Amino acid sequence: MMNNIYRKFEKACIALFALGSTLAWAVNDLPGGPAVHQLNLHPPVTKIAEEQVWLHWFMLIICTVIFVSVFGVMFYSIWKHRKSVGHKAATFHESLKVEIAWTVVPFVIVILMALPATKAVVASKDTSNADLTIKATGYQWKWGYDYIKGEGEGIGFISTLDNAQREMSNSGKPEPTDDYLLKVDNPLVVPVNQKVRIITTSNDVIHSFAVNSFGIKQDAIPGFVRDTWFRAEKTGDFHGQCQELCGKEHAYMPIHVKVVSAEEYTAWVADQNKKIAAKQEDPNKVWTMADLMQKGEKVYTANCQACHQANGKGMGAIKPLDGAAVVLNADHVKQIKVLLNGQNNQTMPAWKQLSDSEIAAVISFTKNNWSNKTGQMVQPAEVHAARQ
Amino acid sequence: MSAVLHPHGHGADHGHDDHHGAPHGWRRWVYATNHKDIGTLYLLFAFTMLIIGGILALGIRAELFQPGLQFVNPELFNQLTTMHGLIMVFGAIMPAFVGFANWMIPLQIGAADMAFARMNNFSFWLMIPAALLLAGSFFMPGGAPAGGWTLYAPLSLQMGPSMDAAIFALHILGASSIMGSINIIVTILNMRAPGMTLMKMPMFVWTWLITAYLLIAVMPVLAGAITMTLTDRHFGTTFFNPAAGGDPVMFQHIFWFFGHPEVYIMILPAFGIVSQIIPAFSRKKLFGYASMVYATSSIAILSFIVWAHHMYTTGMPVTGQLFFMYATMLISIPTGVKVFNWIATMWRGSMTFETPMLFAVGFIFVFTMGGFTGLILAMAPIDLQLQDGYYVVAHFHYVLVAGSLFTMFAAFYYWSPKWTGVMYNETRGKIHFWWTLISFNVTFFPMHFLGLAGMPRRYADYPMQFADFNALASVGAFTFGIAQVYFFFFVVLPTMRGKGEPAPQRPWEAAEGLEWEVPSPAPFHTFETPPKLNRDATRIVA
Repeated sequence: MMNNIYRKFEKACIALFALGSTLAWAVNDLPGGPAVHQLNLHPPVTKIAEEQVWLHWFMLIICTVIFVSVFGVMFYSIWKHRKSVGHKAATFHESLKVEIAWTVVPFVIVILMALPATKAVVASKDTSNADLTIKATGYQWKWGYDYIKGEGEGIGFISTLDNAQREMSNSGKPEPTDDYLLKVDNPLVVPVNQKVRIITTSNDVIHSFAVNSFGIKQDAIPGFVRDTWFRAEKTGDFHGQCQELCGKEHAYMPIHVKVVSAEEYTAWVADQNKKIAAKQEDPNKVWTMADLMQKGEKVYTANCQACHQANGKGMGAIKPLDGAAVVLNADHVKQIKVLLNGQNNQTMPAWKQLSDSEIAAVISFTKNNWSNKTGQMVQPAEVHAARQ
Repeated sequence: MSAVLHPHGHGADHGHDDHHGAPHGWRRWVYATNHKDIGTLYLLFAFTMLIIGGILALGIRAELFQPGLQFVNPELFNQLTTMHGLIMVFGAIMPAFVGFANWMIPLQIGAADMAFARMNNFSFWLMIPAALLLAGSFFMPGGAPAGGWTLYAPLSLQMGPSMDAAIFALHILGASSIMGSINIIVTILNMRAPGMTLMKMPMFVWTWLITAYLLIAVMPVLAGAITMTLTDRHFGTTFFNPAAGGDPVMFQHIFWFFGHPEVYIMILPAFGIVSQIIPAFSRKKLFGYASMVYATSSIAILSFIVWAHHMYTTGMPVTGQLFFMYATMLISIPTGVKVFNWIATMWRGSMTFETPMLFAVGFIFVFTMGGFTGLILAMAPIDLQLQDGYYVVAHFHYVLVAGSLFTMFAAFYYWSPKWTGVMYNETRGKIHFWWTLISFNVTFFPMHFLGLAGMPRRYADYPMQFADFNALASVGAFTFGIAQVYFFFFVVLPTMRGKGEPAPQRPWEAAEGLEWEVPSPAPFHTFETPPKLNRDATRIVA
């Protein structure tokens, strides 16, 4: 009967293996991100990450050696000290000497483990004398980066997951993509070999900013300011993901840090500053309905669709916009306030970081889309006034 | 009358315990005050919750089988992960250990029943409305809570009415646990048979005594945290709302002050069970009994001062990180002592490997793996890479499933002859063991790699490089689930129905303890008068 069971087991294993090999997803390793069948930590790009990789090997080797010796003894005992081979039980059941030995020796081992770990903890906490300070704000569900000190001061933007990838996820059949769920519209750009201090906070719930190649992870907590730092020693693209459950799109707010040479960084800063100047808009410009609808649709797709859906009907706790009273209301201020301040404990987050024209456009879009046909237009000046 | 549900003509049970007016039918169960019946109720309840929690897990693993969202949207996915955690912790593991406590503690100390038999009944029946609230939360507007079993603020403030239902359920479960713990402590301290001093008690009794103190200490702390969440949600308080001066991190401190001792609550009784099974099947007394008691107590005391190792990334100062790192690493020492003592018990014994021993030895092997990954996670610098990732998921499933759950299986196989009067089918038991052990490792071992590679927890979808290990884990999970269904229908149910070889009073030749001094199945009432014990307090003398 055991033979029968063994043969069935064998067949099952073969079937599973075959199933497994057909499932291998045809993607490549992502440099600075996960590798296919990756078994260990990411290749380190900072000294801190190097320390962590070293520490992990150190712990793994010691633990494996202890594990193999202890269980070697146990399996030896299982083999030799069985009733079925005739072994008779001994009667000893205590020994103070032995107990002291196997308390003291592990204690010493633990102290030896703690020493290099202490060094690494102290180093990773020292955020002083940074060359560049960047604030990373967690939003539901994207990251906002503000360069607050150092070269590039004043630059600020939002970094969101690529929309096509988000849609791919919904489809249930995403195409093999090397940076699936890691691609953003605006990566964080930093210069190589400079100490970058990242200040984290949040606009709503707790998020967590992490880049494994750098060996950093710091929770982004609303109302609090925390920090961490890194000095990247290689250029390239490095990826991380939000590391604290923050609601339904927790898996969809990646972090992409582009580490570039000093010259490339300077050029990028100049380019960004030009773009900021161009975006300064005339607050009193009166927009046409067509322009508002066109811009509004873009803003809606990028920011609102994930929750309120393309058909404007929402889902579950997310309220519908199609036919909603606050949308149809001729008093524009009500809907503007909802967008500026959020609602229901930030279940509807605040969107005050969007520009006046973006908010005006998306509100106009909701008022004139689906079955809503109010004919109302909201101008950026109204949004500007509501912010006061 | 015995505790077997459908006894098959065992004449013996009408000997000493002939009692008239004893409840039958539904009243026997609803009004139960007998520790054996209440134990059975707890165990059946816990197994049901294990299956429900398991189905939620299979929902998770089905979704994670491939990249992309095939079955659930991310909101529902978060509900699955949250409720899987809450149901397994509060509905499966904790009640199951209470079930074992109820069945075995009075038998092992020579007491007629628990100290507070009616409160015992209340403790059990409270669990039913709580379970209904938890399981039913999926059907409330907005679905089940979706903030993780850890219920962090301020995300918990955004959840719909099911969060309030879950808070209510947790309060009820906490009350049940606290009452149960009081019952256990009073019973153990006051109702031991004469001659059974504390240092002669079976290890299972010791570990439950210590666990009961832990429960009384920390369940009220959880109650505090969830009450503050409730008032923040509805009554205008701002404990965790920073805009009004509150502190989200304070929730984490309060929660984990409960949470860390909670995980030891879920493992200490397991240690007690293993400490009884290994000696029985090694035919050799437990090595270092006193040391085992001190090690368990050290673990319990240390468990109060390590909570912030769950919070290394919240931004605490260097001294905080160092303190919690050192304290956490220290716990590995008494734990190691216990593992060494178990192996020393086996060493030069005369072992046989019936199913209880298979699970007990399997536990030592696999739990220790979980212990080592815990030690690695304790190192704050390494934790910066692994916090909130799949390495953590692997770690706690190794210690909770291969730890707690395996010992519960071991305990079932060990004690079911006493409960039911029949021997379980040994071949099927072995099949259950190997099937469970292998599928468990197929499911959770790849998660270590996923965690090292950076895959975060509570993610409904993931970068495609993680696909293959996820697929492997999902296959393992389904196999593991089927193994437990097999266990119930092909091992447990037959014994409950009385089908199997009649069990002798002492089915395991070298098992020690007063439970083996009563017939199999154990009569409805045992030790109605305190027994006279031998010097070791292991046998009754005339």
